[in-house]
Amino acid sequence: MQYDEKRLTRIVATDCGSTTTKAILIEWVDGEFRQTIRGEAPTTVEAPLNDVTKGVENATQELEELARLKYKNPNIKFMEDGKFVIPRKGDIGVDAYVSTSSAGGGLQMMVTGVVASMTGESAERAALGAGAIVMDLIASNDKRMNHEKIERIRQLRPDMILMAGGEDGGTIKHVVEMAELVAGADPRSRLGSNKLPVIYAGNKDAQTAISETLQDKVDLMLTDNLRPKLEQENLGPARDKIHDLFMEHVMKQAPGYDKLMSWTVGPDHDQVPIMPTPAAVGNIMQAIAKDESIEVVGVDIGGATTDVFSVFTEDHVFNRTVSANLGMSYSISNVLASSGLENILRWVPFDIDENELRNMIKNKMIRPTTIPSLLEELVLEQAIAKEALRLAFQQHKEFAVTLKGTQRQRDISEAFSQSTSGNTIVNMMTLNLLVGSGGVLSHAPRRHQSVMMMIDAFLPEGVTRLAVDSIFMMPHLGVLSEISTKAATEVFRKDCMVYLGSCVAPVGKGKIGKPSLYAKLELPGGKVWEQDIPFGEIRLIPCGEGEVAKATLKAAPGLWLDKEKNRELTIDLHGGVVGIVLDTRGRQPFVLPTDAASRVPLLKKWMKELQAYPETILV
Amino acid sequence: MGQSYSAGLTVTDNIILRKERILPLKGQVLVKKGDKVKGEDVVAETLLPGKVVPLNLANKLGVTPAQLENYIKIKPGQALTKQTVLAETKGLFGLGIMKNEVKSPVEGEVESISSLTGQVLLREPRIPVQVKAFLDGVISDVIEHEGVIIENKSAYIQGIFGIGDETTGKIKVLAKSPSDETKASEINDSDRDCVIVVGSFVSYDVIQTAVKHGVRAIITGGIDDQDLKRLLGYDIGVAITGHERIGLTIVCTEGFGKIKMADKTYDLLKRFDGAHCSIHGRTQIRAGVIRPEIIIPLEFKEEELVVPDAKLPILETGAMIRIIRQPNFGSIAKVVGLPEELTKVESETLVRILEAEFADGTRVRIPRANVEVIES
Repeated sequence: MQYDEKRLTRIVATDCGSTTTKAILIEWVDGEFRQTIRGEAPTTVEAPLNDVTKGVENATQELEELARLKYKNPNIKFMEDGKFVIPRKGDIGVDAYVSTSSAGGGLQMMVTGVVASMTGESAERAALGAGAIVMDLIASNDKRMNHEKIERIRQLRPDMILMAGGEDGGTIKHVVEMAELVAGADPRSRLGSNKLPVIYAGNKDAQTAISETLQDKVDLMLTDNLRPKLEQENLGPARDKIHDLFMEHVMKQAPGYDKLMSWTVGPDHDQVPIMPTPAAVGNIMQAIAKDESIEVVGVDIGGATTDVFSVFTEDHVFNRTVSANLGMSYSISNVLASSGLENILRWVPFDIDENELRNMIKNKMIRPTTIPSLLEELVLEQAIAKEALRLAFQQHKEFAVTLKGTQRQRDISEAFSQSTSGNTIVNMMTLNLLVGSGGVLSHAPRRHQSVMMMIDAFLPEGVTRLAVDSIFMMPHLGVLSEISTKAATEVFRKDCMVYLGSCVAPVGKGKIGKPSLYAKLELPGGKVWEQDIPFGEIRLIPCGEGEVAKATLKAAPGLWLDKEKNRELTIDLHGGVVGIVLDTRGRQPFVLPTDAASRVPLLKKWMKELQAYPETILV
Repeated sequence: MGQSYSAGLTVTDNIILRKERILPLKGQVLVKKGDKVKGEDVVAETLLPGKVVPLNLANKLGVTPAQLENYIKIKPGQALTKQTVLAETKGLFGLGIMKNEVKSPVEGEVESISSLTGQVLLREPRIPVQVKAFLDGVISDVIEHEGVIIENKSAYIQGIFGIGDETTGKIKVLAKSPSDETKASEINDSDRDCVIVVGSFVSYDVIQTAVKHGVRAIITGGIDDQDLKRLLGYDIGVAITGHERIGLTIVCTEGFGKIKMADKTYDLLKRFDGAHCSIHGRTQIRAGVIRPEIIIPLEFKEEELVVPDAKLPILETGAMIRIIRQPNFGSIAKVVGLPEELTKVESETLVRILEAEFADGTRVRIPRANVEVIES
């Protein structure tokens, strides 16, 4: 159900995170939807309060207080007697209250399939797209012995299991065999002692046998096959079922959620389901990609996990991955373990004792709320962030692929290029917008540092716009889009995104110091910036938010600027709070010298040009 | 704002503790309300379901799943020994010549038989699991079929990080001061079954020597990341610990690297040198935080067992704090100011800070996030 501005003049949206409940106020002001006020309070899902609504009330109270100050109106109130007043009557109440939640560890799922890289991956995609953390993928062909699979299912205690396998009319035996393993494991849910919800979304011909095998052991739900044919994925019904179950089984078990679920309603008191936080972020990213016909990558780097979202191809194919153990505090030590110390140190422009760095990282892990007070420590944390982002994006690229196992006709060029099914659909050259969020990107002391981290980690190619989510508002807007896409997209553009600028990066090899890119930028106000930039350099040209520079770009032979491998481009480049970055350090490959003696001066030069850090640390 | 809340580790000579001791699955509680228990006493027990062993019987017999019912000799729920014949073919001409017989590979019972896949699931015997009291105290509540709540009065120290599970032993302070570093040569057989306190740092060699001499647990200020990796054989990626089996339990009170043990912690341990304690290294630094604990039971009267409401330590002028990040990591200072406005620190981060004074009178400005309040 969608409502217009006549019905929605004031909305409260909250995101109940594991530690903080963030509330925002969205209002219809001067003919447009704007995010006007923000408040937050600790989440209260755990002891001693054990009631999530207390945190929501506290965060809303902060919104009320700030609204009274802002509008110099002591009568403003959103809640009365511990409940939202809906719809709004003058100063009192709001027209809708919506919420997302990732409290209590979010939605944790296990998925099964017959072939891991086919139905298994499709099931994983459905679960991730619905906002879950996938604890494990168990498949008939995953090389574990059956008794090991049973042990694993027993240990995991997920919130629910999604079972796929077999195209319609295909294998029954393998799918039922997997169901027998699930039944044998007698799985228990993480919260509460009810039967574990299991969704079956595999071969429809196996439904009867699956029911016979599982119905006494688990709370079984049947839905359409998520891979009815090898060349077709149908994830919608399974995702919807996951959302229903998330509300009915997982949320209802969490303290206070019964009450919270009764609060989340639109102007007509129709319920607006609470959404898992990542599912809401996926919602808004897809809405924007469709609305503007662009390709988008979004990343949310948190303390424990890093989520990557992407919308690619003309069909707006959405993918989400969660790198469950890549993060900047709880999981920071795992970034070191996964990337290796040398990969972190390659971004550090000064000498540091390796042991000292290792101990620093472990100390951050055990005291996750501390912040870098020294400049050197900030540089080190941002070096670690680059590696966390790089690894998370690598995992995303490997996951966001065309369907595996399909047969398709190839033309002669594809046959020569050995292209097969299962190729990544992430194409950095066609990517239009890269959005970063999470503390290390959204709250970096200098926005220039966010630009540097995003470019170094993601290595955008051609022309790419960069932005950060100012206060991590994407979840709120994602769930808001359920009742008003207009409000969600308007606020997204005007208040959520802080546009940092654009990055131009020619793709190909070059030699340090040799010509690589001629750029002429006609800036607002008539100023012209023109330069032949040698290979291996970075330039930052100021061009403010909302401004556009008319650019003429010519790449040297061996380098190209777009997907058609054009070397010359005339294009409008969007500015931002940082500006336009011309990056001639090369792509495919991007190479950093391995020896510190050659690398450190380069890092210092680039950081200086990007104004990433105070000069004192770059001499 | 004149005060704010700050997380901190509890170090106290007197606390009323209330601990849940719960079975992983429903079972039997062996004690009753009011019983006095010792740490080693078993308070509840249950039987975990046995391991499930899948076996494709149709394949083993060389028949189709649908044919299996003609040969099967067992039914769901039936008890099994290793001699039980699960299924057998009749052999050539029904005369038993070249007959194929499949015996149970395990003892236990039959869980299920599938005529669709030919698979049978066998379940091994149940596994007994016991929950010990862990701390000396009194049973204040019994949760039927699940476990108990034990209360006591203790001296109590929370560590910042640890490895290894629950154990008990006599405290033996080997370090001569909180900044001392006990050497491997100072540990010998007289430390067997003890919980030793080694000062500011424990090295790999000291840990190995302690294991050799049967030490139950080590309490240290700091540990080196690389020593820990060598000890475990892997790098800890996420701080969820307690399950390690390295021959003893280690509790770090300060963190990674060589860090002087907080005076208050050292003094308390010194005061209870020779006392019996319960200790574990379990750490989980996510929602539902778990920190290692050192519990030294004290004599108490039952009427004393009133658990006060949980309250967060307050950061206010005059409060003593410990700095938990560089610069001055590990130092103790007194809060002398809590400016309200956001302040830019050296890293250019805009944060809420506090002003603190060291014992020598020098003053520093530190992000509030980088300190913990020392409870008085």
